[in-house]
Amino acid sequence: MSTAVSTARKGGRFRRPSVIPGFGLTLGFTLTYFSLIILIPLLALAIRSAGLGPESFWQAATDARVLGSLRVSFATALIAAGVNVIFGTVIAWVLVRYRFPGRRIFDAIIDLPFALPTAVAGIALTAIYAPNGAVGALFAPLGWRIAYTPAGIVIAMIFIGLPFVVRTIQPILEEVSHEVEEASATLGASRLQTITRVILPSLTPAILTGFALAFARGVGEYGSIIFIAGNIPFVSEIAPLLIYIRLQEFNYVGATVIATVMLLLSFALLFVINLIQAWSRRRYGYGN
Amino acid sequence: MATKLRARRLRRTSPTSESRLVQFLLIAIALAFMGVILLLPLYAVFHEAFIKGVGAFFAALGEKDAQAAIRLTLLVAAIAVPLNVAFGLAASWAIAKFEFKGKAFLITLIDLPFSVSPVISGLVYVLLFGAGSFLGPWLKSYGIEVLFALPGIVLATIFVTFPFVARELIPLMQDQGTGDEEAALSLGANGWQTFFRVTLPNIKWGLLYGVLLCNARAMGEFGAVAVVSGKIRGQTTTMPLQVEMLYNEYNASAAFALASLLALLALVTLVLKTALEWRFGNEIAAGH
Repeated sequence: MSTAVSTARKGGRFRRPSVIPGFGLTLGFTLTYFSLIILIPLLALAIRSAGLGPESFWQAATDARVLGSLRVSFATALIAAGVNVIFGTVIAWVLVRYRFPGRRIFDAIIDLPFALPTAVAGIALTAIYAPNGAVGALFAPLGWRIAYTPAGIVIAMIFIGLPFVVRTIQPILEEVSHEVEEASATLGASRLQTITRVILPSLTPAILTGFALAFARGVGEYGSIIFIAGNIPFVSEIAPLLIYIRLQEFNYVGATVIATVMLLLSFALLFVINLIQAWSRRRYGYGN
Repeated sequence: MATKLRARRLRRTSPTSESRLVQFLLIAIALAFMGVILLLPLYAVFHEAFIKGVGAFFAALGEKDAQAAIRLTLLVAAIAVPLNVAFGLAASWAIAKFEFKGKAFLITLIDLPFSVSPVISGLVYVLLFGAGSFLGPWLKSYGIEVLFALPGIVLATIFVTFPFVARELIPLMQDQGTGDEEAALSLGANGWQTFFRVTLPNIKWGLLYGVLLCNARAMGEFGAVAVVSGKIRGQTTTMPLQVEMLYNEYNASAAFALASLLALLALVTLVLKTALEWRFGNEIAAGH
């Protein structure tokens, strides 16, 4: 595709001539639809935000409760993405490398968090991890509470982030050539050395991308978290919930400011993901 | 000697794989993690739904507001999904069949809604159509309500499901190139004939795949819809919102009964999606 783009550029024209009809119609519809649904609403947010002026924006953005909710969101998303990277890598490895009964079913189940509505996941997780739930009851005698604490937020974020990590690593792991491992083994490396020094380095970009995707999804997540979180300001109140609360109070300024800060942070994250992938393509010749 | 060899064979199958024990441990860790994080919540939904018996389950589903929520969810998906299919077809035609400047950027833009928190996806429409906006009061003077009504819910749903069909079709159509279409055109077919008789049959499984994912998300969306719906019982509550309301009213078994329908939808989606991948893997997309 990159070669196709560069040839288009070489022509110096906007579009390379083609016998296929419908360019104006389809591109026109695409751009109009994109503008109406995505671009104009996002611009409305940006204009509202810019209209506040830097001083009142800063004041609203550094409100103690706002900072508290951002801290909760980012800290829990960081932990959940970390857990997902460890177990997601093991799961991807097991699904790609080993053959065992039920493997294809487990492979399909990985996508469950994409398909299950977040509110359903939220109440189910709460039922399990509440002090009288299946898992919560195991920890309750030890004095550990999972639901209605930040630990519950982490559990919900692990649930929704897992497929991002597994599905990013899986295709790359399938591409790692067997010859490299054979060469490493022939040259006297132990299996552990081959894995840590040959296979894992080539998976690093995929692991980082999976981490960033799971992290970004966790920070923005709302539905699966609000039931299990307990929603105590400064402790277990996530930033998307605070946006919702501000809207319920008709405090549009407060909601807009939190949303703008979150959008800027997630676009920065998106930029980092693209950098990792560009680097990976240069370094290893593939990316996703 | 022979026993020693056998012992070695038990420990390791080949220099490029791990010993049986390590394989077994890794599979156990992966399956245990997936069991607790993914399967347990799924089981919990159905378990809690039937906790008061089959009679209570059907009574909860037959309730007037639950019926209204089911109808609204189906209606919203019936509007949002076809619109996103039209967009997906137009965008992938423009992007895959032509070379033009800014194409790579356009592909990045299409994925944009995935990096926006659902609550923010709803918020942008509140800012665009709510009190204090320019559009809201103007439309209201013509008797058109957008917020806290069907149009707002549909718009928010379109926003969050925007990329699904397009991102499925773009890599698929790019892979297929333009040869078939050029052949059809040179044999005298017009543009629409080429699209309906050549392109559409080529992409039908990929299209179905995208529609499945788009529909699952459209019916299950919670955060974005929660912001714009106003949650008027029996009027603007979709199924996920009705689940939340019932749950917050301590009517957990009714909430789980409705949630189990959504979980069933997720399971059907997963089964169909997996069947498509197994049967038509090479006809779906390069991206999988």
